[in-house]
Amino acid sequence: MKKIFSRPESLRDAATHYCPGCGHGIAHRLVAEVIDLLGVREKVIAVAPVGCAVVAYDYWDFDCCEAAHGRALAVATGIKRCRPDRVVFTYQGDGDLAAIGTNETIHAANRGENLTVVFVNNAIYGMTGGQMAPTTLIGQVTSTTPGGRQAELQGYPLKISEMLAMLPGVKYVERRGLFCPQEIIKAKAALHLAFDNQIRGGGFSLVELLSPCPTYWGMSPAAAMDWIRDTMVKEFPLGRIK
Amino acid sequence: MVKSANILGQEEKIIAAGSGGQGIMLLGKLLAEAGMRAGLRVTWLPSYGAEVRGGTANCMVVISKSEPGSPYVEKADTLIVMNQPSLGRFLPRLRQGGLLLYNSSLAQASVKTALDVRGYPFTETAAAAAGSLKAANMVALGAYIAVKKMFPAEKILEIIQEQKRELLEMNRKALLAGIALVK
Amino acid sequence: MLFLRPGLSGMLYRGAKVNKEKKILLSGNEAIAEGSIQAGCRFYAGYPITPQNELTAYMARRMPEAGGVFIQAESEIAAINMVLGAAASGIRAMTSSSSPGISLKQEGISYLAGAELPAVIVNMMRGGPGLGNIMSSQSDYFQATKGGGHGDYHCLVLAPSRVQESFDAMFSAFSLAEKYRVPSIILGDGMLGQVMEPFSVRDPAAFAGEKTVKVPKPWALTGCAGRGPNVVKSFYLRDGDLEDFNLRLQKKYAVILKKEARYEGTMLKDADLVLVAYGTMARICSAVVRRLRKEGKKAGLIRPVTLWPFPVQAFLPKASPARTFLVVEMSYGQMLEDVKLALNGRAQVSFIGRAGGGFPLEEVIAAEARKL
Repeated sequence: MKKIFSRPESLRDAATHYCPGCGHGIAHRLVAEVIDLLGVREKVIAVAPVGCAVVAYDYWDFDCCEAAHGRALAVATGIKRCRPDRVVFTYQGDGDLAAIGTNETIHAANRGENLTVVFVNNAIYGMTGGQMAPTTLIGQVTSTTPGGRQAELQGYPLKISEMLAMLPGVKYVERRGLFCPQEIIKAKAALHLAFDNQIRGGGFSLVELLSPCPTYWGMSPAAAMDWIRDTMVKEFPLGRIK
Repeated sequence: MVKSANILGQEEKIIAAGSGGQGIMLLGKLLAEAGMRAGLRVTWLPSYGAEVRGGTANCMVVISKSEPGSPYVEKADTLIVMNQPSLGRFLPRLRQGGLLLYNSSLAQASVKTALDVRGYPFTETAAAAAGSLKAANMVALGAYIAVKKMFPAEKILEIIQEQKRELLEMNRKALLAGIALVK
Repeated sequence: MLFLRPGLSGMLYRGAKVNKEKKILLSGNEAIAEGSIQAGCRFYAGYPITPQNELTAYMARRMPEAGGVFIQAESEIAAINMVLGAAASGIRAMTSSSSPGISLKQEGISYLAGAELPAVIVNMMRGGPGLGNIMSSQSDYFQATKGGGHGDYHCLVLAPSRVQESFDAMFSAFSLAEKYRVPSIILGDGMLGQVMEPFSVRDPAAFAGEKTVKVPKPWALTGCAGRGPNVVKSFYLRDGDLEDFNLRLQKKYAVILKKEARYEGTMLKDADLVLVAYGTMARICSAVVRRLRKEGKKAGLIRPVTLWPFPVQAFLPKASPARTFLVVEMSYGQMLEDVKLALNGRAQVSFIGRAGGGFPLEEVIAAEARKL
């Protein structure tokens, strides 16, 4: 009998703590599959964010470092400069990467650090209970925008990926969505390219993944997938940005 | 080694002050370096940061037979000033009976506190003897070592020679001209 | 053997020859920078702030020569977190700053303590609060010794008082940080950073052998080849885990308190009056003590070398039988509290302090001491 599907070597056999329908499980698995595919599990050092994915190291079976909220790319810079032959990546949410850590994000990108960034954008703060994120859509209801996000008061959804793509130090930026199998396959291909860039010494690569948060969007898991497809992609169009 | 240095008391505390670009820091460092090479204990403390950007520069040098206490000189034994504003600012910091050595090209002094008030045209002398206004610090240094007889000119020249060979001739002329001013 | 490029801050001293006594003029900032490299530091990240800029500039030149990494970070916060990453990967790492910048670094310092990572943080203190000024100060004593950031933690704090000692202290700072897996702080001040003094050039090999302890780092993040994955973290969500971790930290701190408290005592045995000061203030007080002794007054000096752990043993009657103590600080009384705790009411404690640009002058301290 031929085995055609199994848990990636880079993923531990652990029960998930994520909510039903959460996109982190898919993203974790994709990262693990790509690392297996590239055969670099023993060379990987991951930097986990503050947010729902802080315990990513409970799922991944390789070296991991926790970073303070927003500081993942500073920590990753320190690791990668000291261990240039290791494969170092950060896994960050929208609040971590595009609000509290904007400075660290922009400057690591601008230095062209040879790092891979997995940017999970679910347009909300999950861990703290559904507050507005920098990427929250106009009109989107959160616990801190009870009447919906208003541009006049809270500004616009921050397109950090497009901003980063402008920097000469940035090699590769792509946005994908985790809302259907075809898209998930494309997301994996993007991650593969982003890690491969680093291994080849190519420079800063970032993959943004639009990811569902049914709990704080107040939707069923299926409706959350549809909301990405029908609403979120209008603000955050999919495809290669750089 | 100590024989080459001649400090009257236990300690010589110097404040050197002027405007940025007059070579005040270098003057102080040369004194500290000469003191160190003579086997004495020394400290050199610069003014720094915003104060330097404001256009004034000063440094404090302590040359001592024993371990110096504060590198910050509250009351100086010697005040070397290169311009009028520095004279006004630091004169109150010269101890009763200390040495005031000022640049008469750029400052005028009518002072009673100092035991020894000496004004020499450092800037004019530098221009005449060394061909550069920038060597006024070396003229002042020459005058200082001539008055205090703490270090022989060769010791200072030896240090300059090791550092900035291309400026050696200019600095040598300026230093000797400074010594000659006192004689 | 010449291993220093002396006096990088002064154009005159670039490439200076070392004289026969193997002495050069070096500033405190430069001595700390060179000392750290000699002690094996191979990663430095920093952000410009006066009065420690010479240290950063020295590192920018010297670190690449030593085969290490220098990064001018986008902020103090980024710098300390880069240091955290470097330390997590097992490399000796350091950052430096001055008071306002150190406030920004507190987040990262707390995370270093929480992740039990060894790293060195240099604070060349300046006047505060707020933007304050760039003059010398000792007003960050509480921040350095009592934690500084959030949580129950301590950093090991060393307070050199002279240029030569600043160089030497870097060996202890790195060795102790690695031995106990704690961040260690060099608590200097603006004057110590700026002052140039004769510095003895030593044979680095002999020196390193004396003070550098190589500690294996099985916890470091190097990739999981040949072992299970390592995780560097300070997050403990499960019931009881964080308390267990804190108890482990406390146990470690108890060992440090017992074993690592250091001080320099001067003429304590017969002293009627003991001055207590650290850093630049201690060198000024040592001159005061010499002056008082000449006048026939039996004065002594306790100079804490470690501020945390505070050298309580120096204040026991068998070490310092005096009944009168005079604490002198460039602050309005921070170390004073630890002195009072150490003496526990057995002696009279007086205090002289100034901050915000000024500091107690020799004459003022001597005059106060004569009254006691």
